[in-house]
Amino acid sequence: MTTAQLEIQLIAVVVAAACALPGVFLVLRRMAMMSDAISHTVLLGIVLAFFVVSDFGNPLLMIGAAAVGVLTVSLTELLNKTGLVKEDAAIGLVFPALFSIAVILIGVFARNVHLDTHMVFQGDLVFAPFDRWQVLGLDLPRTLVVMTVILLLNAVLITVFYKELKLATFDAGLAAAMGFSPALIHYGLMTMVSITAVGAFDAVGSILVIALMIAPPAAAYLLTDRLPVMLGLSVLIGAVGSILGYWVAHYFDTTIAGSMVMMIGVLFGLTLLFSPQRGLVALARRRIRQKWEFSQTMLAIHLLNHAGTAHAEEESRVDHLWEHMRWHPAFAEQVVRYAERKGVVRRHSGHLILTDTGRNLAQQAMMH
Amino acid sequence: MDILYSLFFDYTLRTVAIGTAIIGIVSGALGCFALLRKQSLLGDAISHATLPGVVIAFLLTGSKAPLVLIIGGIIAGWLATLLVTTIVRHTRIKEDSALGIALSVFFGFGLVMLAFSQTVPNANQAGLNRFLFGQAAAIIERDVITMGVLGFITLGLMTLFWKEFKILSFDPEYAASLGFPVRWLDILLTTLLVVAIVIGLQAVGVILMSAMVVAPAAAARQWTNRLGLMVGLAALFGAMSGVGGAMVSSLGSGLGTGPVIVLIISVIVVVSMLLAPNRGLVWNWIRQQRNRHRLRLETVLSDLYILSQQHQDPSHGHSIEILRAMNVGRGGVEHSLHILLEKGYVQEIGPDSWVLTPRGLAEAKRLLQDMNGLPQPLQEVTVS
Repeated sequence: MTTAQLEIQLIAVVVAAACALPGVFLVLRRMAMMSDAISHTVLLGIVLAFFVVSDFGNPLLMIGAAAVGVLTVSLTELLNKTGLVKEDAAIGLVFPALFSIAVILIGVFARNVHLDTHMVFQGDLVFAPFDRWQVLGLDLPRTLVVMTVILLLNAVLITVFYKELKLATFDAGLAAAMGFSPALIHYGLMTMVSITAVGAFDAVGSILVIALMIAPPAAAYLLTDRLPVMLGLSVLIGAVGSILGYWVAHYFDTTIAGSMVMMIGVLFGLTLLFSPQRGLVALARRRIRQKWEFSQTMLAIHLLNHAGTAHAEEESRVDHLWEHMRWHPAFAEQVVRYAERKGVVRRHSGHLILTDTGRNLAQQAMMH
Repeated sequence: MDILYSLFFDYTLRTVAIGTAIIGIVSGALGCFALLRKQSLLGDAISHATLPGVVIAFLLTGSKAPLVLIIGGIIAGWLATLLVTTIVRHTRIKEDSALGIALSVFFGFGLVMLAFSQTVPNANQAGLNRFLFGQAAAIIERDVITMGVLGFITLGLMTLFWKEFKILSFDPEYAASLGFPVRWLDILLTTLLVVAIVIGLQAVGVILMSAMVVAPAAAARQWTNRLGLMVGLAALFGAMSGVGGAMVSSLGSGLGTGPVIVLIISVIVVVSMLLAPNRGLVWNWIRQQRNRHRLRLETVLSDLYILSQQHQDPSHGHSIEILRAMNVGRGGVEHSLHILLEKGYVQEIGPDSWVLTPRGLAEAKRLLQDMNGLPQPLQEVTVS
């Protein structure tokens, strides 16, 4: 592995981690689509600031972009507050407009500079190692320095305001009652999202930032109920997805940012399917087990009801279940086998006999 | 004027304009249902998510025939919708996150496929890039025919199921209780939305096509409360912005058509939100000002009446200071007095000494009666 390769992977991991941290709160606060809006509109901030300073290294770009990010949020809220459109429509109206202005400005005024619309949807991680800064006597890629600063900033802010963020996220009403301004927390978080989106813009372009912000936290949300664990898992999933993505891109000679997102998507898909508690497979298995357990309980109750009556002989025949329970013969046979395996019934010359376990089961089911 | 002339007589521009008009009409009409069902952002997710479908369709067939790419886009958009519904229905992840994931992951996959298509030794792939921001200038007659046929089918189905879609949009539970197959209708309506989005991709691009779903509908919503009219207006606004975008981009500025179309429709939205009768912000503001004005006058009038009730002598004058004290934080007392003076409801009988005229007295009585008499303030004032 060359130094450049190592640096690219390091950048990818830092970008993914920096995005995942605020992303956790976006997912929990049901504001994921704000990242969609912000990541599109920061382009306008970058373009406008670029016209002022004509230099991509200038920190003003970041400030301009963050300002437009916050502007997006306020415009959305303003539209929403007029009551003329719903919140989702407000988001859907604001960001295409601002994004279009940015694309048009680029097309008209900035065609000769290195700011083409291609950057909008995929950054150039391949070239990231060539743009270097000297920091603390070290010679580092610029994107790595910028994203590390943003990552540390996000981590510090979340640690310092952890209590407030947690409370405002899970119980906004209580947070407000206790004197934490929900608006301040909201805008603080949105500023964090904007700055992160601008920083990541270089590396992965503005649209894929959404995936880095939303998919890892959403996957982590399926794996845990604890906020600190969710934060840790999100960073981990983002980092693993990025490294996998790098190698996929390397192997298939395709865009690094795109395959990072693709692999993070794959990780999310795997979690969606196989999460032990909340995965689709676990869910399906639980449904199937519930079906059998319910049928088994029905069988036990049926047998208990008729036990000791004159019809007990007749009612306990397996083939009688077909008409009494309206079960398909094959299904009835499966239920009986399931119940036998669980020790609920015994078969005795074509008749079913409840075991003690079965009797308990039926009695308990009827008590509820 | 030249541009208007070319719109009718220049073959290329006419073709392009017809194409973008069809896009605007279809997405505007279907967008109304999306807007009413609070699915505006689903349109955003679908349009981003179509990218891999378009590219894969090209890679598999090697053809850039519009129908091939459109079918690819429809399949991808449909899969994204399915992913969103599955996530929302079966896990605790909420719709916003599900949309964000479908949108970005599909788009990322699309970019990977796009980069991959550029390495394939087939020179034909040039131009796939235009699906990102749209290039209306590239629309040719066969594209327009495909768009037209698909658009016609889409709008036809919308008309056919009008009643069902209407009830589905406003009250799905009621629709279900009436025995409509809500789930199938939902799938059909979403599929029509996907088709409406996909036929616009070529001209508007995957990133901005979502605006064509939301914006015409949001603008039309301001002008009317009737669904039929709203759909018609949205189609009109969509067509206007489509044709406008085609004209501007034909001027050879090299702009993607998508951003221009979106800017035009955004302006229409802003104008509608400001000026539409009843809902428009400007009318609302005027109405508010009028109300505030009227309330101020009425307050001063009734205050003077209350004061006059406490004095035996109805011709006893009251100073502005007293009226201000009764109106803390509501300002404009002096201004209101002068307007009342012009109307002949009050008179100034000495320096800073105001009383009601007989007409003013009658008006104040009528007002207080309208407000249920309001005897309480009278007594309160007496006690103090």
